[in-house]
Amino acid sequence: MPSETRSTPISTVLIVVPAFNEESNIAETLSEIAGAGLDADVLVVDDGSQDRTAHVARSCGADVLVLPFNLGVGGAMRTGFVYARRHAYRAVVQVDADGQHDPTEIPKLLTALGDADLVIGSRFDGDDHFDVTRVRRVAMRVLAWAVSGLTGTRLTDTTSGFRASGPAAIDLFAKEYPAEYLGDTIESTVIAARAGLVIAQVPSHLRARRYGEPSQSIIRATLYVGRAVIVLALAAIHRRPTRAAP
Amino acid sequence: MTRAQLASLITGFVALGVILDLVRRRHLRVRYAGMWLVVGIGMTVLAVSPGLLDRAAAVLGVVDPPNLLFFVAIIVLLVVVVQLSLELSRVDEKLRILAEELALLRHRTELPEGPSPSSEDDDSSRAPR
Repeated sequence: MPSETRSTPISTVLIVVPAFNEESNIAETLSEIAGAGLDADVLVVDDGSQDRTAHVARSCGADVLVLPFNLGVGGAMRTGFVYARRHAYRAVVQVDADGQHDPTEIPKLLTALGDADLVIGSRFDGDDHFDVTRVRRVAMRVLAWAVSGLTGTRLTDTTSGFRASGPAAIDLFAKEYPAEYLGDTIESTVIAARAGLVIAQVPSHLRARRYGEPSQSIIRATLYVGRAVIVLALAAIHRRPTRAAP
Repeated sequence: MTRAQLASLITGFVALGVILDLVRRRHLRVRYAGMWLVVGIGMTVLAVSPGLLDRAAAVLGVVDPPNLLFFVAIIVLLVVVVQLSLELSRVDEKLRILAEELALLRHRTELPEGPSPSSEDDDSSRAPR
């Protein structure tokens, strides 16, 4: 990709909010982020929404990147990482548009970023209960165990989208961030580990979606596990990414 | 010439004709036409001299010559399909990069509710703290 002149952003932290058809959630999510009193810029990446997500986000005062068609969370996030890289942000925090992630926990992630390149807000690590179906819970635990083995770091929740990336991770993810299903979480974690980045986790609370149904059924959960296993297996044999120059 | 030979000869010619026509109309790029032309020529040659297949089968130790034909055909199709998947993956990645660049570029140029539409490089002109 062509390199542009890097500029000094107003803030050094960029909160990236990937959003796909979230017009009913995005305003509240953005106002919560604003209310958290963080010294950070907010970038909404509208992932080819059919609704007024971009419009609503803009009227809330957020910077908005509009993708011409849906790329998936990973695609939206890589766009955010490219943006962050070109504008020389030192940290990127992913916050989902549906309000599942609590913006007041962002400082916790950023603090942990001091000793790590990638910090994952884990939903199983806290004292909080995280309500998922049992099949999925077991699946997530198995995945966490496998990814922990691959990354050499003990991780309890590898499918969490609530994460913070430091400069080295931004450089890496701007180039390589899988767009496929689960690629944005499991695979990207493995990619980071294999590139030699330090991964850490902090406990975080997950809240229920405000609007819209989360997709969970036995069949879906099973498919999910199957896909995750494939993603994981492929991520493990992918050619090792070279660690990006700082 | 047996009727079967005639049928495969016609099929070979039709295949060649269709490929060439697609290339002529620029519907098919030469780089993809190449492999199909090879397949078409192969079909035609085998139709003209079926003894070729028998000899090849004998050399390779294949007892039943048609099996060699099926084997080769399946391998060729497999290679073609994998190649197309590969190409599709590449195109996918290129498309993804273009989509990203488009979003970034739009952000720089449009700014529907931004402060000054004239500042094209709004991103790089942001004041340092």
